[in-house]
Amino acid sequence: MASDKIQTFTDATFADSVEKATTPVLVDFWAEWCAPCKRLGPTVDALAAEFQGRMSVGKLNVDENPMTPTRFGIRGIPTLLLFKGGQIVESVVGLVGKDELKRIIEKHV
Amino acid sequence: MTEPREVIIVGSGPAGLTAALYAARGSLRPLVIEGLESGGQLMLTTAIENFPGFRDGIMGPELMGEMQAQAERFGAELLQEEVTSVDLRSQPIRVRTSGQEHLTRALIIATGASARLLGLPSERTLMGRGVSTCATCDGYFFRDCEIAVVGGGDTAVEEAIYLTKFASKVTLIHRRDQLRASKVMQEKAFANPKITLRWNTLVEEVKDVDKGEVSRLVLRDKVTGEASELPVQALFVAIGHTPNTSLFAGQIEMDGDGYLVTRGGTKTSVPGVFACGDVQDRVYRQAITAAGSGCMAAIDAEHYLESLK
Repeated sequence: MASDKIQTFTDATFADSVEKATTPVLVDFWAEWCAPCKRLGPTVDALAAEFQGRMSVGKLNVDENPMTPTRFGIRGIPTLLLFKGGQIVESVVGLVGKDELKRIIEKHV
Repeated sequence: MTEPREVIIVGSGPAGLTAALYAARGSLRPLVIEGLESGGQLMLTTAIENFPGFRDGIMGPELMGEMQAQAERFGAELLQEEVTSVDLRSQPIRVRTSGQEHLTRALIIATGASARLLGLPSERTLMGRGVSTCATCDGYFFRDCEIAVVGGGDTAVEEAIYLTKFASKVTLIHRRDQLRASKVMQEKAFANPKITLRWNTLVEEVKDVDKGEVSRLVLRDKVTGEASELPVQALFVAIGHTPNTSLFAGQIEMDGDGYLVTRGGTKTSVPGVFACGDVQDRVYRQAITAAGSGCMAAIDAEHYLESLK
């Protein structure tokens, strides 16, 4: 599995790991009680493997890290945010298939 | 060329997994292509109190986990992919996923139904910004907020009750003067001090798109015609479901609303293609009826495969 390529972001590390990163970063906002989030997990793992070297990928547990989702106005999960140069360039809410996510990401990395 | 499978099942809710269980026990070695919404609608529910055999109720995801394990125990193979296209007219039938092409002699369609939306542009823009179709996913974000739920069926009432765990107030908005939900659910809603009902009311607009958040709803009273506003921080949409059949458009008989038409059990208009669960059921739409029709589809598929020999 590709899960060793997935980082874990927290409220404390988000600014340094995501917003100051030099490569694009895909962030998966999720929680234990969210069934669609769990379903999206393998897709995010696969994306991390396919875009290795071009984009980094990490997850943020909204239950344990409430400040970051609030800062970005996230009120529904799963949400994927793609950061590039500290800016959000894509925001995808809900369950989306891998092929469509690849198309969205390809535009930026 | 690879040998075709005996049966492929598309969908992994109660219908698909029950079909898988029966097909597996019939030594058909079924492949279940789970689809995007793996486990189906029950994955988004909480306690299920009307599935026989669980006197104290069972959590939706737990029930689906059990069904999956039971099907796998008898040899069903589950694939966490979604079907991207099918060719129902070729023999064997061709089923394409993002990864590869699969061939099968019989196909069981159990793709279910997905939440329907009101169809307002503002609703789509604010999805994930206060508009949601999944209370168990997104209720958490609205602690001590005022929330609205639109709909009148079991799902709407269940979501309203669930959301009272987080919200300070839940307004249940329904376009008719009585709920469609079961009496047990209705009584629970009426007894909940946090739930207020707005009868004969339509949601006409979700504000505020410019701010990128939900701040209020524009409502219209169907009887008086009067417009009003309701300040809320979230809108949960639970106005029913639409069948997931776009994949099969033009290849199989559907009714005007996109439900697959079945005759003589679970047979569709295409020989060797069977349909079960919510994708062909506009009347009952229960976990138990979906499971029952899944069993029927597996038996019908087995008879069909026998007839080919």
